[in-house]
Amino acid sequence: MRQSIVHWFKFASPQSFYPLAGRMIPWFWAAAAIFGIAGLWISFFVAPTDAQQGEGYRIIFVHVPASWMSMFIYLVMAFWAGLGLALNTRVSGMMAQALAPTGALMAALSLLTGALWGKPMWGAWWVWDARLTSELILFFLYLGFMALQAAIDDPRRADKAGAILALVGVVNIPIIYFSVKWWNTLHQGSTINLNKAPSMAQTMLWGMMLMALAFWMYSIAMALMRVRAIILERERHTEWVKHAVE
Amino acid sequence: MKPRQKRIALIVGGLASLALAAVLTLNALDSNIALYVTPSEVAAGKAPQGKAFRIGGMVKEGSVKRQDMTVHFVVTDTAKDIPVAYTGILPDLFKEGKGAVIQGRLGGDGVFAASEVLAKHDENYMPPEAQHALDQAKKAQTTLGATANK
Repeated sequence: MRQSIVHWFKFASPQSFYPLAGRMIPWFWAAAAIFGIAGLWISFFVAPTDAQQGEGYRIIFVHVPASWMSMFIYLVMAFWAGLGLALNTRVSGMMAQALAPTGALMAALSLLTGALWGKPMWGAWWVWDARLTSELILFFLYLGFMALQAAIDDPRRADKAGAILALVGVVNIPIIYFSVKWWNTLHQGSTINLNKAPSMAQTMLWGMMLMALAFWMYSIAMALMRVRAIILERERHTEWVKHAVE
Repeated sequence: MKPRQKRIALIVGGLASLALAAVLTLNALDSNIALYVTPSEVAAGKAPQGKAFRIGGMVKEGSVKRQDMTVHFVVTDTAKDIPVAYTGILPDLFKEGKGAVIQGRLGGDGVFAASEVLAKHDENYMPPEAQHALDQAKKAQTTLGATANK
């Protein structure tokens, strides 16, 4: 028992996490490529046309995974930020900082694809509906987190300030998720629920799930690459970094 | 308490009070967040008077009539109906029996003068064949029901 705890804490030090991340990155890129190609193949060529929306519905294969990731990455980011705040572990803050740009990208992608979908289907690019507005707030939270961290020179203090912002913003995630249930919104309800069968044809569901997996793998690979850069930057005065760069 | 435990307690306590504040705020805002009101709510006088607002509901089957550039239809939540007049381009998904959200003003004659019509699509995705089969099944059921009633 004692042994395994010691083993895990080893990776909380930047020096041992750096090479581990480096070894994992190619695997995540490979998985992202495989899932992405399979997902896109199903999305474009296998999944049938939708009875109501025609071919335009195919934007869900990007829109839904991007929206899921934007919410999930925020939770993971807040988890790392909170862990760093509570336990003062160094890599935690770096992980939170590394995740933010990918999360912001996903939120932006979700808003953009949603607008492209909304115009032909609903008849409007943008509506101030609870789901859309709360997702826009999520995008601003990511930008705020990144700006706040960049504004404070001392990385430890930047991590602390960012962590508080990240934790406060967590309130927004259930609001996004349940907005379509709690209020009258133009955005439709969720197709995929934990407590009922998905109201979607099988092949469409497969396409969406593969695309979601591809987005997961891409996000992990990106976050690991970014965290390696952050480790090098923050630990640049140490001996091991000098050796690693050489 | 060790400083670490104190910090954790502070974070958990802070998050809990924040969550409570959020719940109370959202509860107080409740109806203001809703994008639209239903025809029943309009009938109950819950719609803003003399101001533009949105109504949401189903486009009643067989109610869409075109007259020059103006479209007349009835929006319903099965309990109450509201007649709507709209001049402009309708979205592709606007259909009888489907959801729509309409922005405009309620005129003195009880007709809702729309300035914007949005189609609301549902969370179901299926190929046309499946939709066709579903429609057939529904039709068969209503015919059976009608025969049983006779």
